[in-house]
Amino acid sequence: MSKVLKKLYIWLIILFLYAPIVVLMVYSFNDSRSRATWSGFTFRWYIELFQDRMILQALYYTITIALLSSVIATIIGTFAAIGIFGYKKLSFNLVRNISYIPVINADIVTGVSLMLLFVFLGINQGFFTLLIAHITFNIPYVIFSVLPKLYQMDVHVYEAAMDLGASPLTSILKVVIPEIRHGIITGFLLAFTLSLDDFVISFFTTGPGVNNLSIIIYSMARRGINPKINALSTLMFAVVMILLFVINKKSASNNHLEKKVRREI
Amino acid sequence: MKRWFSLPYLVWMVIFITVPLLLILFYAVTERTDQGLVFTANHFKQIFDPLYLKVFLRSFKIAFIATLICLALGYPVALFLASKDFPNSSTYLLLFVIPMWMNFLLRTYAWLTLLENNGIINQALELLGISKVQFLYNEGAVILGTVYNFLPFMVLPVYSVIVKIDESVIRAAQDLGANNIQVLLKVIVPLSLPGVISGITMVFMPSVSTFVISRLLGGGQFPLIGNIIEQQFLLTSNWGFGSALSFVLLVLVIISMFFTNMNNKDGKESIL
Repeated sequence: MSKVLKKLYIWLIILFLYAPIVVLMVYSFNDSRSRATWSGFTFRWYIELFQDRMILQALYYTITIALLSSVIATIIGTFAAIGIFGYKKLSFNLVRNISYIPVINADIVTGVSLMLLFVFLGINQGFFTLLIAHITFNIPYVIFSVLPKLYQMDVHVYEAAMDLGASPLTSILKVVIPEIRHGIITGFLLAFTLSLDDFVISFFTTGPGVNNLSIIIYSMARRGINPKINALSTLMFAVVMILLFVINKKSASNNHLEKKVRREI
Repeated sequence: MKRWFSLPYLVWMVIFITVPLLLILFYAVTERTDQGLVFTANHFKQIFDPLYLKVFLRSFKIAFIATLICLALGYPVALFLASKDFPNSSTYLLLFVIPMWMNFLLRTYAWLTLLENNGIINQALELLGISKVQFLYNEGAVILGTVYNFLPFMVLPVYSVIVKIDESVIRAAQDLGANNIQVLLKVIVPLSLPGVISGITMVFMPSVSTFVISRLLGGGQFPLIGNIIEQQFLLTSNWGFGSALSFVLLVLVIISMFFTNMNNKDGKESIL
């Protein structure tokens, strides 16, 4: 097939993926409350957004939970991966398969199962249970981002550090972690994004008064979503895009440096 | 390396992954009666009630169709991006990931603006002199929403497998006289099956269990398994039945894990 046709096809699919996003962004500047009509350009929703306590509080919970859960999951998950890496085949497969369940399990089943646990243990649902739920579904993503990097690593480097008198913990921190850092960063970013976007699991594991943005949006959907939410999402999307651009630029120059060093060696 | 490093996680895994899943089974097979807690098969029998059986069939039908469409749309995307015509494929791949950074509820909701009776698409149709189409609140809208949300989950795993195919294998086939179609069907497609299987899992599972897309785009008239589970836990408090339904979904997950494992026996391949 010709290159032009291939390009056309890819761009049609991209159009399909971005059409609703563009609509959402455009309508965040719409002067009318209703999504059916366009009645002129305004920044009104962007201003009102910062006066809406409910939305700001949900934003606060969303970001706090995402940061805390992804940091904790990255620490537990990285050490878990290093430990699991040394397992014998049978126990390795067992732990790997159980850890894989939250990754492919239906979100609603994960959410319901955690809710049953909290009820069973008599824990009141709220911020704490929400955090635990997010850490739980984040850890496996960190483990599965880090494990492949461990396989790519030369284990002799770790043994050399030990032979030179480093304690196991020092060798891990100074030798292994730097070697697998790309996996750790990928895992962290994955965990952070998943937490930020999660609705279903949060819906079942949170308590009264503790809502993240997804829960607010879901409860609004029946009455019609307030354009303030569109404005907030447009802002968040813009922040992500800027971050992405900066990281890309930085990692591009890092890669360049790394390749150069490799060549010189 | 030190195996005890994984200890905190093992404790976490048992308490927050294993025990909760066992609790689902526990609630599914027990019932609180006057004589206390007794074992029962009633919750599982209730699934075969024609009312719920219909929901089950509808969920599987919608998930099956959505997965097929994702495969049909996504496989060519992965194939093209892995070809030499797209030297900057990582940028294109990023374009498939970026939408996931916008809240999926909002993205799904935005389809209402596009599809409703006075929506953007219908207004465009009217301008072209074509009569309006009722897009929303039918099974088609639910399928569209599902395809829209999960298409990237098909493209990414398929791409990551196709891009790793050894080019000399393809050249060998060409040297032996295979034309482009034969190379595709006899070499690339069989070698890309692990990616296809993981793509199918990544699309089918969230599709069959969604309760948000059917609520938003189906207008609540086309309940899926997910909607029934939500109802059992949050409205009618019939946790036993809700757990039985969840357990069926869990069994599906374990079956699909079995297929993924067959392709990845030593566990060294990256599965994300």
